[in-house]
Amino acid sequence: MIKMSGIRKAYNTGRIKVEALKGVDLEIGAGEFVSIVGPSGSGKSTLMNIAGCLDVPSDGGYELDGESVEKLNMSQLADIRNKKIGFVFQAFNLLPYATAFENVELPLIFGKVATKKRQDRVVELLGRVGLQDRLGHKPAELSGGEMQRVAIARALANNPKLLLADEPTGNLDSQSGKAIIDLFEELWKSGTTILMITHDFNVAKRTNRVVYLRDGLVVTKAADIAQGIKSWKHDRQFDTA
Amino acid sequence: MLSNARMIIRLFLRELKSQKLRMSLTIIAIIWGTLSITLLLAFGEGLKNQLDINRKGLGDGILIIWGGQTEKPYKGLPRGRQIRFRPDIIDYIREQIPEIEAAGGEFINWGRPISYNGKIVSEKVNGVLPEYEFMRSLYPDSGGRFINKLDLQNKRRVAFIGNELRDDLFGPPDSAGYVDPIGKTILINDIQFTVIGVMQKKLQMGMYSGPDWSTAFIPITTFQTMYTRRYLSNLVIKPRDINQTEYVKDRLYSILSTKYKFDPEDKRALSIWDVVEDAQVMRKVMIGMQVFFGIIGGLTLLVAGVGVANIMYVAVRERTAEIGVKMAMGAKRAHVMTQFMLEAILIAGIGGGTGLFLSFAIAGTLAAIPMESEAMQWLGKPTISIPIAIVTISVLSTIGLAAGYFPARRAASVNPVESLRYE
Repeated sequence: MIKMSGIRKAYNTGRIKVEALKGVDLEIGAGEFVSIVGPSGSGKSTLMNIAGCLDVPSDGGYELDGESVEKLNMSQLADIRNKKIGFVFQAFNLLPYATAFENVELPLIFGKVATKKRQDRVVELLGRVGLQDRLGHKPAELSGGEMQRVAIARALANNPKLLLADEPTGNLDSQSGKAIIDLFEELWKSGTTILMITHDFNVAKRTNRVVYLRDGLVVTKAADIAQGIKSWKHDRQFDTA
Repeated sequence: MLSNARMIIRLFLRELKSQKLRMSLTIIAIIWGTLSITLLLAFGEGLKNQLDINRKGLGDGILIIWGGQTEKPYKGLPRGRQIRFRPDIIDYIREQIPEIEAAGGEFINWGRPISYNGKIVSEKVNGVLPEYEFMRSLYPDSGGRFINKLDLQNKRRVAFIGNELRDDLFGPPDSAGYVDPIGKTILINDIQFTVIGVMQKKLQMGMYSGPDWSTAFIPITTFQTMYTRRYLSNLVIKPRDINQTEYVKDRLYSILSTKYKFDPEDKRALSIWDVVEDAQVMRKVMIGMQVFFGIIGGLTLLVAGVGVANIMYVAVRERTAEIGVKMAMGAKRAHVMTQFMLEAILIAGIGGGTGLFLSFAIAGTLAAIPMESEAMQWLGKPTISIPIAIVTISVLSTIGLAAGYFPARRAASVNPVESLRYE
C-alpha cells in the first residue's frame, strides 16, 4: 500500500534549514494496522503528511497503492486525498458550524457524489460509527468520543484504502479512546489499511506493527527499539503518575 | 449544492456574529454606495427627461430663422442690406423644400393693452398660423381650440391666450369669481376679440420673444389688418425628420439667398436657431453629468468593496485550519475559492439588494410628489431606468467578485500542512 524509499524532507524555518526526515524507507502492505511512535520532533507528523499526500518529499520516492505520487500536481493530489485516503486528527477538526451529517457529507461533495447517493452514504456511515441518532447535531452538542466518531465517518466517506490517524485518542478520556481503537480494529478487520501516530503505549500495543521513528529515521536495530520502548514506557508511567 | 448553500449562509451568519461591527459597517457602506450610484444616476435621468420636456415647451425639433444683415457684397449689391421676410415667403419655402413638415412665420407686437371687464394688462400679441399649435407646442386646455384655417381666411377676431394671461384677466381657475374665458370677449388695442382657447400649462425653457404663457395669439391675417407690418419677425420651420435638419438648413440658405440675392456663404444674412442642435449639446452635457455622478457613486461602492475584501481576509485567516481540513478531505482550489467568493457576493448582494430596494422606494416616493413646486419642475422626477439598474448591478457584482476573488485566492494558496498545525 505504502512504499517509501529514501524519503527526505527539509524545511526552511527562517535561516535555519531543518531536516525533518533524513531518508526514510518504509513499506506498509495492504491490510496492515501500523502505529508510528517516537519522541516529539522525530518526524512522525511529517511522515504522516507525506503519506497523506498533504506534503511532498524534498527527495525520495513514494508509491501509494501502486502509483508514484511525488510528481503529481495539486489537483491530482487533492483527488488522491479525496478518494484513497481518510484522515483522522487529534483535534477532530470538524467544521463547528456544520452538523454531523454535513461534516460527513463534505468529502462526498468534493468527490462529486450525486445528492441522493451522498445522503444515503452519510446515513450509512454515521450508522456504522453508532451515531445514527446524532445526524443533526453540531460538534458542540457532541462528546469528544462522538466527535471523533463523526471524524472517522467523514474519513471513511469515499471508502478509502488507507486511513491515517494522528493521535486519534490524544484528546479523549481512556474509555472513549478505547472505543475509538475498537472501531479502528473493526475497520482494519474489514480490510482498511491503517497508519496511526500515537504516544499511548496501550494503543500502540493493539496494532499489528510498530514503526519507531527517531531523529528523522526509522529505527531498525532491535537493541535501539528495545531501549526506545523502555524509555518511552518509563515516560508514560512518569506522565500518568 | 443545497447543503453547500446552507453552509455558506451559516458561515455568513457566524461571520456576522464574530465580526458584528465590521460586517454591519460594511453592509451599510454597500447600501450607501448602491444608493448613491443609483440615486445620482436616477436624478440625472430625471433631470435629463425634465430638460427634454422643458425644451419641447418651445417646440420639438424646430428651426427659428431671423433675417440678418448681409456682410458680403453680392452681384453688385452692397453689404449691410437688411434681409427681411414677407409673409408670402412661407408658401415659397413650403414649395421649395418638401423635406419640411411645416413652415410658419409670425408678427409680434409687444406691450399691447389687453383687457377684460376693466382689468387691463400690457402684454405681447402674436399674429400666427395654425401650424404653430404643434410646431410651438401651443396646445389648448380642454374646452378650447387653437387658431384654425377659417379664422385665417376670414380674418376673424379670435384670440388664443397664454395660461398666465388668462390668470391675469380671468383669475386662476380655482379662485373665487373665476369665469371660464372661452367665448368671452376681451379687448386688444380696444378691438373686440373672442377667446377661443387657453394654452395648456407647459414648461418652456427656451424662448425668443417672451414666454408663451403671457401672450395673446391671433390669426396672422387679423394681425395685419390691425397693425401695419410688412415683414415677419421670424420664421419657424419643422423638418419632417430630425436627421434632415442640416440638409433643410442648407436648402434654406440656398433658396433664401437666391430669393433675396445674398451670398449663400454669408452667414450673417440669416440667423438660425437650431433647437435640435441645442438639445444635442444639452444631452451631451447631461450624459457627462451622469457619468460624473456614476463615478462618484462607483467610488463609494469601491470603498465598500474594500471593506468586504477586508472581512474576507480576516475570515481566511480565522478559517485557516478549516481550509487545511477541507484540503485534507480532497477539496480543490475551486472548492476553497468558491466558498469565499460566494460569501463575499452574499455580503455584497445583501447590501446591494437593500440599497436597490431603498433606491426604488426613494425614487418612487419622490415621483409621487406632485410637480407643483418650482424646484421640482426643473429637477424632474428621479427615474431608475433599465440601463441605470444594469449599471448599478454590474458595478456591484464586479466589486463583489473582486472583493471575494483576492481573499479567496489567498485561501486557496494555504498550505494544508501549515494550516493543520495552526490549531
